[in-house]
Amino acid sequence: MSLPEILLRLVLAFGIVVTFVALNALFLVWLERKVSAVIQNRMGPMEVGPIGLLQTMADALKLLGKEMITPTSVDRIAFLLAPIIAFLPAPLLVAAIPIAEGVGASDLNVGAIYLFAIANIAFLGILMAGWSSNNKYSLLGAMRAVAQNVSYEIPMLLAVLTVILMAGSLKLSDVVAAQSPVPFIVFQPIAFVIYLICGVAESNRTPFDLPEAESELVAGYHTEFTGMRFALFFLAEYTQVFVLSAIITLFFLGGWNGPFLPGWLWFFLKTYVMIFIVMWLRWTYPRLRSDQLMNFNWRVLLPLAILNLLISTVLYRGGL
Amino acid sequence: MPDVLHNNSLIVFLILTAGVAAVVGLFVALTIFLGPKKPNEIKDAPFESGFVSKTDATQPFPIKYYLVAILFVVFDIEVAFLYPWAVSFREIGAIGLTSMVVFIAILAVGLYYAVKKRVLEWK
Repeated sequence: MSLPEILLRLVLAFGIVVTFVALNALFLVWLERKVSAVIQNRMGPMEVGPIGLLQTMADALKLLGKEMITPTSVDRIAFLLAPIIAFLPAPLLVAAIPIAEGVGASDLNVGAIYLFAIANIAFLGILMAGWSSNNKYSLLGAMRAVAQNVSYEIPMLLAVLTVILMAGSLKLSDVVAAQSPVPFIVFQPIAFVIYLICGVAESNRTPFDLPEAESELVAGYHTEFTGMRFALFFLAEYTQVFVLSAIITLFFLGGWNGPFLPGWLWFFLKTYVMIFIVMWLRWTYPRLRSDQLMNFNWRVLLPLAILNLLISTVLYRGGL
Repeated sequence: MPDVLHNNSLIVFLILTAGVAAVVGLFVALTIFLGPKKPNEIKDAPFESGFVSKTDATQPFPIKYYLVAILFVVFDIEVAFLYPWAVSFREIGAIGLTSMVVFIAILAVGLYYAVKKRVLEWK
């Protein structure tokens, strides 16, 4: 390929990814409100657009026109950079996810490692936000977020390891190809459950939403942020839910493999079903306590993940 | 030059990072431009549920968070070592399997020690 061609490809992929991230996050906020409304026997947003579809768009525009408050006691540079760094991984992750055979912004040969490495940049943004706000709620929320996220990272990586073991490649399209015709969830149900729990914990959602527990911490690490800066944290969180579900689809549910329908449709179908399940969890379960959260990870999930890895290694070696 | 761009994902990654940061920065700048600016003393104070904040927020913090961070570094690096092993699992045979079982066993003993030492007792 020539240089202009590559640059054109880059710009095109970039535009599509950023647009998708923004629209998808707005759609997911709407979906979350609708799902919660259905579960609580309400109507949810109805006024703006057909069945309230444009409500979140209106909200985003409203946030764009809000005053940007920078409290006097904050660390200005970190406060300015924090929402940008927290949002940064969202499009970078979406860019690395292939949605069908050969379709996607990129298909890296170390895709799996790339995804988990980039996802952790968001916690840097959260820690910066909490620290720079110079607010007790923010700092406590950020500390909890980071402790929780680094803890749940380990069982999550161990759960994915069993999948990589079976696929024999870190390339996402190879992992999906290895799941034809039987998806890995059949062989690795425990790894799937561990990954789902850790994924929900990593995206700071109920029952693991201690970092932003609104009944005790106001809004956690983004208490001091207003307008578009707040919106960036919000969009990042919803993109994280999408990425979580997309990773589950790729690693456990067979990606774009499926009968009759085209591949990309299968991919999105599975992903949005997973997103719905994650939302369902949020509106069904109460919040954990801080000690329960930590003990559950280190004493239950991590030993279980290690055991699962050992057993699946031996079984796989034995010819399964 | 084209080859470098095409094959080196680090460069593509850096370009994407810069692009995203630029777009997001533009949005943040847009709110500064569009939003009203009416600062006052109470609005610009740290939010504390209506109380006037008396102390700085940057105070000593429970050591437990630090211990979790140390444990994370240890375990995360060990998991990072496991990834290349998982990819080459088929080629390295029985030696690879046994050495990794020993490695994971040491990991498990370390976790057991940490639990017994009550490092992870959160209250």
